[in-house]
Amino acid sequence: MSNPENESEDMEKVKKIKAGDVRTASRLIRNLEDGVKEARSTIKHLFPLTGKAQVVGITGSPGAGKSTLVDGLVEQFRKRGKTVGVLAVDPTSPFTGGAILGDRIRMQRHAEDSGVFVRSLATRGALGGLAKAVGDAIHVMDVMGMDVILVETVGTGQQEVDIINHSHTVLVVLIPGMGDEIQAIKAGIMEIADVFVINKADREGSSKLRREIMAMLDMAPPETFASGWRPPIVRVENAFEPDSFGKSMEELTDTIAKHHEHLVAKDLLGSRIRRKAAVELHEAIRSCVLEPILNHLVAEGEIEGMIQKLMDKKTDPYTLAEEVARRFLKEGV
Amino acid sequence: MAERKLRVMVAKPGLDGHDRGARVLARCFRDAGFEVIYTGCHQTPEQIAAAAIQEDVDLVGLSCLSGAHRYLFPAVKKQLVERGADDIMVIGGGIIPDQDFQYLYDNGIKAIFTPGATLDSIVEWINNNVKPRE
Repeated sequence: MSNPENESEDMEKVKKIKAGDVRTASRLIRNLEDGVKEARSTIKHLFPLTGKAQVVGITGSPGAGKSTLVDGLVEQFRKRGKTVGVLAVDPTSPFTGGAILGDRIRMQRHAEDSGVFVRSLATRGALGGLAKAVGDAIHVMDVMGMDVILVETVGTGQQEVDIINHSHTVLVVLIPGMGDEIQAIKAGIMEIADVFVINKADREGSSKLRREIMAMLDMAPPETFASGWRPPIVRVENAFEPDSFGKSMEELTDTIAKHHEHLVAKDLLGSRIRRKAAVELHEAIRSCVLEPILNHLVAEGEIEGMIQKLMDKKTDPYTLAEEVARRFLKEGV
Repeated sequence: MAERKLRVMVAKPGLDGHDRGARVLARCFRDAGFEVIYTGCHQTPEQIAAAAIQEDVDLVGLSCLSGAHRYLFPAVKKQLVERGADDIMVIGGGIIPDQDFQYLYDNGIKAIFTPGATLDSIVEWINNNVKPRE
């Protein structure tokens, strides 16, 4: 696996990425998205250098204002002297495989700031609200020296909660006017918030929304907030009023910082990092074990024969899968 | 093995808010299976070049209806070259008189599409001329 020629190429890339070279980094992220094998070997060299960045996830329904909030947060973190990476995920069309990645529109004023690196990713079939390459893209930005990495999910419904696997702090963005639907989204996405944001809070219904979130938190089992952190609710009003919007963004940035301090003080950061490590390992096993076998079966045309057998009721899926396991795995499981 | 996907940026440089055409194209590129990064109106050439590099696109499509294409299109190409990204191809479209075509070609703009160009012809041109990187 370790080819000396690749080795030196990889080291060169690592050096460039460490120096913050955007071209090398964005190219590597592209290769990771496309599943290029060499990219995986570069990640092997990057991995030991990761773990410095603070990762903040931003999730919420489509049109909740996630990108606008990210833009506001970038400004705040820059004011505080931090470099910022942004990973913005938008959905891939299940029919054409194409995607419109439009989150950048809200963030273009930072395009020329060398302390900000914005990268859009398409979901490419991933169902958890993120793209498959997000975990590795975070590593790349981390090694580039980004102090804070903001990860914006696709507009989520109820169940797209993968963001918790990659973030130290999760913001769930809600807007007034969803009314009783809040009740419906109590499970899933409402449970992953470290901070709630009521965006567009100048609109009618924001106090009602606030009451509903409070009631939901009040009803949570007592052990939920045992560590001493009850998700605070931050109100953000009209983004077109720069003064008040800026103040809300300051408050939100302070709240994120407080949550991070809380994780550190209560020794909870480790459990979040552990969660990410576990997910990454699962993913890696999947892509190193399962995917090559499936690709082989598809390429050899075997899969078609198997499907036909199933349709003819000659066998069942478990028998076939066990046969495959016996063939490809040395030690039985 | 890996499947390369074409990444295309659609951008509107300069003081021009007429983005219907750009949006239609973005949608049409999506339907053609490309990943499209749309950056909105009022972009400087510097912003467009920086974004194109951050996004690692294969192609930048510029739309300009203000008449400033002779300045703006080559300026974007120049910014890309200065930033070491001369391999990112630039094409343009909008209200562009025939006599300006050669000047734009000479300044690194690979293709120009004007009113009347069909969406299919633009996608076909891209499929024939832009290959995702190795």
